[in-house]
Amino acid sequence: MSYDARLRVWRGDASGGDLQDFTVQVNEGEVVLDIIHRLQATQTPDLAVRWNCKAGKCGSCSAEINGRPRLMCLTRMGTFGEEEVVTVTPMRAFPVIRDLVTDVSFNYEKAAQIPPFTPRQRDADGNHRMQQVDVERSQEFRKCIECFLCQDTCHVVRDHEENKPAFAGPRFLMRIAELEMHPLDGVDRRRLAQDHFGLGMCNITKCCSEVCPEGIHITDNALIPLKERVVDRKYDPLTWLGSKIGLRPKD
Amino acid sequence: MTDLQRAFYDVLVIGAGGAGLRAAIEAAEQGARTAVVCKSLLGKAHTVMAEGGIAAAMGNVYPQDGWKVHFRDTMRGGKMLNHWRMAQLHAQEAPDRVRELEDWGALFDRTPEGLISQRDFGGHRFARLAHVGDRTGLELIRTLQQRTVALGIDVYMECTVTRLLRAHDGRMAGAFGYWRESGQFLALQAPAVVLATGGIGKSYKVTSNSWEYTGDGHSLALQAGASLVNMEFVQFHPTGMVWPPSVRGILVTESVRGDGGILKNSAGNRFMFDYIPDFFRKETAETEEEADRWYTDKTNNRRPPELLPRDEVARAINSEVKAGRGSPHGGVFLDIASRRSAEYVRKRLPSMYHQFKELAEVDITAEPMEVGPTCHYVMGGVEVDPDTESSVVPGLYAAGEVAGGMHGSNRLGGNSLSDLLVFGRRAGAAASAYARETDAAPLREDDLTDATREALAPFAREGGENPYTVQHDLQTCMNDLVGIIRTAAEVQQALDRIEELKIRAKALTVQGQRQYNPGWHLALDLPHMLRVSECIAKAALEREESRGGHTRDDFPGPDPEWAKINVICTADGEGIALKRQPLPVMPDELAAIFEEH
Repeated sequence: MSYDARLRVWRGDASGGDLQDFTVQVNEGEVVLDIIHRLQATQTPDLAVRWNCKAGKCGSCSAEINGRPRLMCLTRMGTFGEEEVVTVTPMRAFPVIRDLVTDVSFNYEKAAQIPPFTPRQRDADGNHRMQQVDVERSQEFRKCIECFLCQDTCHVVRDHEENKPAFAGPRFLMRIAELEMHPLDGVDRRRLAQDHFGLGMCNITKCCSEVCPEGIHITDNALIPLKERVVDRKYDPLTWLGSKIGLRPKD
Repeated sequence: MTDLQRAFYDVLVIGAGGAGLRAAIEAAEQGARTAVVCKSLLGKAHTVMAEGGIAAAMGNVYPQDGWKVHFRDTMRGGKMLNHWRMAQLHAQEAPDRVRELEDWGALFDRTPEGLISQRDFGGHRFARLAHVGDRTGLELIRTLQQRTVALGIDVYMECTVTRLLRAHDGRMAGAFGYWRESGQFLALQAPAVVLATGGIGKSYKVTSNSWEYTGDGHSLALQAGASLVNMEFVQFHPTGMVWPPSVRGILVTESVRGDGGILKNSAGNRFMFDYIPDFFRKETAETEEEADRWYTDKTNNRRPPELLPRDEVARAINSEVKAGRGSPHGGVFLDIASRRSAEYVRKRLPSMYHQFKELAEVDITAEPMEVGPTCHYVMGGVEVDPDTESSVVPGLYAAGEVAGGMHGSNRLGGNSLSDLLVFGRRAGAAASAYARETDAAPLREDDLTDATREALAPFAREGGENPYTVQHDLQTCMNDLVGIIRTAAEVQQALDRIEELKIRAKALTVQGQRQYNPGWHLALDLPHMLRVSECIAKAALEREESRGGHTRDDFPGPDPEWAKINVICTADGEGIALKRQPLPVMPDELAAIFEEH
């Protein structure tokens, strides 16, 4: 059942580092995170790695495995051949702190810039009433575990640090879509999505959807509909006329 | 202390799970300068793992539900050892705490009338858990996280508190800790500190808990002079995954049973009918037919025995496995595939479907799961005033899993998320009120020097063993000797081993640098783990009866005398002192509820 796997792990910090080779025991059913933990316990006690739930629910253990952005806790060793070298590197789109841990503060900064949820009044009896079919659209986006793999893979920022100030990335454009489709929210963020969060830079190549461990249809269900809504707002002749003659607010 | 970062707040919250964030939100809304310190990134706390839902008697599905029924269910589930006042406040306030989450953006599943839907769970008389599929904890944490960010609360992410700081007069002055990322130290000064650090499960080998659950808050409270109540009560969730070995212990939500799943042994028998205790006999179905009718007609039928409180179900599974009627990998079978359509299962239990598919290559819509007990929750915790969550140390508060009393000897599923919200809010309110009328106490420089020296000690030693070995040995010891079934001899053996482990932990050596070094972090967590393990073992040896999450093979039944006693732990030098304390007496008007309902 057990075998010795060959693992290649990037070790280093902001000043540089390299891939180091290890031979580690692997048992039946184990995932990459188990092997990283065994390395810590037996060979490299100071190997830096983020993790929490080890069940694909918290989105902490994001890394690149053989170059592909993945959660280490959901990547089974059985998906590789016993002879295959498994390479584990930190997410490339974010600055390295140490070993497999990256500085993901970019994401928290973008999150804080989005105008918060602003609900309508409750009904007279103190409840909000919403139909299941209406909550389901935003519920899909709220499945997001903030692993930031979509941010890591998105080519707008992956090798273009210079785009980061003007682009929030799929995770946070999806957050804006979630608020746009939220039955209770009353704020219009469409102009901000385009002008401040860089929705126009997304050219819907769907790389984000492909790496999402929650299987959220980020491009099809969030980003494309959000683009459509932005266009509606900008080019709808009635909206344009209304804003000219003062029937609609200019923003 | 030149390289020490310093900051000043009114209220300092330690922990960013549901209780911590709810406390911080309340404190900030009441005008307190508030900070949250957490060991992980914001939004990753263990609350995210909660699956089934938030228990709140909103009456959206069963209008006859109300706080009194919820109160009764909670007390009976805890075998009447709960602090009655906490159980009362919890049942009364939970519905409002759920409703306000919607004002902050939460999107719960709906009833046909458009209200928040509620689902069945073990020990709850009516369907009462507000939920979002089986990822309710994620919804809760994300909602509170987004509210925290909207309020502009300072969050110290990936920052670990190693010590609480007190003033000369004994009241709270702040906390000392380190940034995990850089290894740099910081001192946060605040007159009011709220502990919301969660539980202790990482002291056990088989657990549903993450690395963070090292009992920091329990241990910090003891060191600061606070007391812990009823640490012997540890909940083993009946259904953790058992196969493959690397996922052993990962939670399988109780919603599987709430939504129709049943437990079977290797002979195919629905064995829970053989384990109905007298205490719950009147309210539990006697036949499979009655149990199956209950899902759609609760008025004329009684609950299936699979939905007995968790302690009962966990012990039953343990007995079946011991009797040789277990599944191939040492659990029992949890079957929803033969009971509900594949579409229903995928809709109601999407993350369970995903989890088994990804981690065990099992399709739960087509075949049964293999499950067994896993260490899940500690009922014991910091002894607090029910209305304010204040400990005996002025300025020190505790809410959520780190606080004790609310759940008695056994917690009902769904009562944790509501506990976080109800008592998190109360702690935040009381802490901010206290901070308004209290001057900040200066930090004592000798404390800061000593805390720094203590934190760096593992680097200074050479030739000692690796912290992972000590942790592994502790986990094995607690799992094998202070687990789901206990005896005096085994618990005593555990205490002897803990003494040896305490000595080994003092001689650890850590390799590498201070920057993001998990070995060093573990070396600093280990003393907390050892301290809470000692509390659990000592209290378990003291309580000579079986009740809720404490089963003594040598004292198999509940004892009416012990029903009136809480076991209290305090720090005593390097060790733990125990005392027995009378249980608070419930007022007559609440006691009457047990006759009415």
